[in-house]
Amino acid sequence: MRKMSGAEAILECLKLEGVEVIFGLPGGVLLPLYDALYDSDIRHILVRHEQAAAHAADGYARATGRVGVCLATSGPGATNLVTGIATAYMDSVPLVAMTGQVPTNLIGKDAFQEADITGITIPITKHSYLVKDAKDLPRVFREAFHIARTGRPGPVLIDLPRDVTVGELDFSYPDLDLPGYNPTIGVHKLQIKKAAQVLMEAKRPVIYAGGGVRYASASKELLGLAEKVKAPVTTTLMGVGCFPEDNPLSLGMLGMHGTKYANYAIQESDLIVAVGARFDDRVTGKIAGFAPSATIVHIDVDPAEIGKNVKVDVPIVGDAKSALEELTEAVEPKPWSAWNDKVSAWKKDHPLSYEKSEDVIKPQMVMETIYELCPEAIIVTEVGQNQMWAAQFFTHKDPHRFISSGGLGTMGYGFPAAIGAQMARPDSTVFDIAGDGSFQMNIQELATAVLNDIPVKVAVMNNGVLGMVRQWQTLFYEKRYSGTTLGNIPDFVKVAEAYGALGLRATRPSEVEPVLKKAIDSDRPTVIDFVIPTDEMVLPMVPAGASLSETLELEG
Amino acid sequence: MKHTIAAIVENKPGVLVRIAGLFSRRGFNIDSLTVGTTDNPDYSRMTITVRADEVVLEQVTKQLNKLVNVIRVSELKPESSVGRELAIIKVNAKKETRSEIMQIVSVFRATIIDVSPKSMIVEVTGSEGKINAIERLLRQFGIMELARTGKVSMVRGSKVIKT
Ligand SMILES: Cc1ncc(C[n+]2csc(CCOP(=O)(O)OP(=O)(O)O)c2C)c(N)n1
Ligand SMILES: [Mg+2]
Repeated sequence: MRKMSGAEAILECLKLEGVEVIFGLPGGVLLPLYDALYDSDIRHILVRHEQAAAHAADGYARATGRVGVCLATSGPGATNLVTGIATAYMDSVPLVAMTGQVPTNLIGKDAFQEADITGITIPITKHSYLVKDAKDLPRVFREAFHIARTGRPGPVLIDLPRDVTVGELDFSYPDLDLPGYNPTIGVHKLQIKKAAQVLMEAKRPVIYAGGGVRYASASKELLGLAEKVKAPVTTTLMGVGCFPEDNPLSLGMLGMHGTKYANYAIQESDLIVAVGARFDDRVTGKIAGFAPSATIVHIDVDPAEIGKNVKVDVPIVGDAKSALEELTEAVEPKPWSAWNDKVSAWKKDHPLSYEKSEDVIKPQMVMETIYELCPEAIIVTEVGQNQMWAAQFFTHKDPHRFISSGGLGTMGYGFPAAIGAQMARPDSTVFDIAGDGSFQMNIQELATAVLNDIPVKVAVMNNGVLGMVRQWQTLFYEKRYSGTTLGNIPDFVKVAEAYGALGLRATRPSEVEPVLKKAIDSDRPTVIDFVIPTDEMVLPMVPAGASLSETLELEG
Repeated sequence: MKHTIAAIVENKPGVLVRIAGLFSRRGFNIDSLTVGTTDNPDYSRMTITVRADEVVLEQVTKQLNKLVNVIRVSELKPESSVGRELAIIKVNAKKETRSEIMQIVSVFRATIIDVSPKSMIVEVTGSEGKINAIERLLRQFGIMELARTGKVSMVRGSKVIKT
C-alpha cells in the first residue's frame, strides 16, 4: 500500500489497465488530474473539442479491441462527450469516459459548470460511477475497465469531483466483486447440437454476421464454419470485414444499401445463422417480410438481443468465438450445392456497379483506387453516402480495418476516430472517407493531427451537399432540396494548409491516382478534396419500411 | 396481462433511477413499484408489477438483468406466490355513518387507525382486488384521501429469492 492523491491513484489505475494514451481537454476541476498527468508516461492528446476526444478513444478501441479512454471537464466539457458516448454505446465499443465534476459539497447546488453527467448518460452507458470518496477510486476503475471490455462491450463513465482527485488514499488494486454482473461465458452444448442439426438439414443457409464477430475476434472461426458447410456469408455494416469479401462465399453487406444478392439470399433462405448481429431495421427492412421461410439461429453474447426484434428458433447465448468453434466442430462438411450455384449466379447477374466516367470523378472509383493502392489501409468513415460507398467499393477483409458509426450514424465521427485509430496503429495508412458535411463537424481536429504528427488521410467526397439526405429528397420528395445544400465552401485545400496539413485536390478522374499516391507517400496529415458530382446516388437501395425483396429500380 | 417481478438490487444511490429510466425508455408499462431494504442492508428488494405479454416480459427481465446493480430478477407467478398491498383511506364519517363504515371495516378485516369528528382513516391490507373492493364500498361516504402502496410479493413454501 502506498499513500497517494486521488489524481495519482487515477493515473496508477490507468497504468495498471494498460492505458497508453488518453484523449482529452482540461478545465478548472480537472487541474489536479492534469497536474499529475504532467509527470506521467501516459500520453495525453489534447483535442480541440471534447466530442472528438470520445470519438478518438472510440476509434482507438475499434482498431485494437482495447479500451479507449477520454477525459473532459465538468459541465460543458462533459456534455460535449455525450454524442461520442452514445456513438460508442450503439456500436458496443469499450470506452472509459472520465469527467471532472464540481466538489462533492457543491453537487446539487447548480454550482458553476455543474452538470449531472451520470444522470444524463444513464441511457447511453453500460454503467457509470459518481465517485464520492478517493478511497473508492481503485475499485471503481477496476470495475469500470472490466465492465467496459467484457461481455457485450460498451462505454462506462466515471465522474470525478474535484475534491476526490485531491483526497488522499492508501493505494491497492482490489479484486473484482460485482455480484450483479455476470456476462455469459461458455455456450450451451445442447443448443449447439440443435443449431448443428438445423444447419445440416438446411438446403438454403445464410450466415448473417455483425459487429459481435469483430469484438469476439472470431473472423477465423466464422470462415471455418462457412467453408465447412458452404454457407454464404453476409455482414452488417458493423460486421464489414469480418468475412473476407474476396471469398466466393461472401455476399458483402445486406440491408438498405446492401448487395442485391445478399438481400435475395436472405429472402430465399431456409436458415439464417445470425452471429453477433441484432436485426436492426436498416438491415431487416420491414421486419414482417424478413426472410419469410427461414429458421433462425441467433448467437449473441447479450441475452437481451435474442428475441428482441425477431422470433428465434435456436437461441445461443455466448461468446461468438467459442460458439462458432463448437458449432463448426458439431457439423459435418457439406459439398457445394445447387443453392451455392444459385447465389453465385445472383452475384454474377447483379454485381455492385456504377456508371464509369472519363469526365467526372466517381466516388466509387476513388474507393476502388484506394483499395488498389493500399489494400491494407484502415478505412474509417464519416456518415452518409461517403460511408456507404466506402463500405461497398473497398474490398474489406479485416474487421479492425473498417471503422464506422453504424448504430447512431454520427456525422463528424470519422476524422477524430481516424486519429484514434492512427494512434493505435502508427504503422498503418489510415483513411477517413469523408463527406463535406461530416468533415466540417469536427474539422478543427486538423490542429490535433498536425501538432501530434498523426498522418491521417482525409478523403473528402465533396458533392457540396448533405448527399444522403438529398438522395431521399430526390427519390421521395420530388427534388425539393430543403436544407441540404452546403455551398461550395470552404476551400478544403486552404483549410488544410491553414492548419499546416497537406491539402490536395482532384477534379478529374485522371488525377485520382496521382493525388492518392501523393497522400499515401506523405507522412503528414493530408486532406484530399475529391470534387464529385452532386447527383451521384448510393445504390442499390431498399426504401425504408419496405421488405428486402423490394429493391428500388431507377430508370434512366 | 399483469406480471409481478421481484428484483434484488444493490442498495446504492441512483439504482431506482436506472430502473425507472429503463422502463420508460423501452416503453415498458409499470403498474406499481415498491422498494425496501432486505434483511441484508446492502440489498434492496423491488416488487414491480408490469403489464406485458410474454415477449415483452422476457425483454423486461433480460434488460433488468443487464443492469450492473441488479443482482437477481424473478417472476412471481400468481398461483405459487402470495402478494399484499396496503392502503390507508381517509373517509368522511359523520355520526350517522360511522357504524356502517365500521361494519365494512370489520368484514374486510381492516382497521381504523384515526378518528376525528368528520373523518376516519381506514387501514387495509390484502390483494389488489380486496383493496379495490373496500375502496368501492367506502366511496359512498366520500373518500377524502387515499394512499396506496404497490404490491409486495413472495413465493409460497420454503423456496426463497436469495440476495
Ligand atoms: C450529427 C448528424 N446530424 C445529422 C445527420 C443526418 N444525416 C445523415 S447523412 C447526412 C448527410 C451527410 O452529408 P455529408 O457528410 O456531406 O455526406 P454525403 O452524404 O454527402 O456523402 C445527414 C445530414 C447525422 N447522421 N448526423
Ligand atoms: Mg456531401
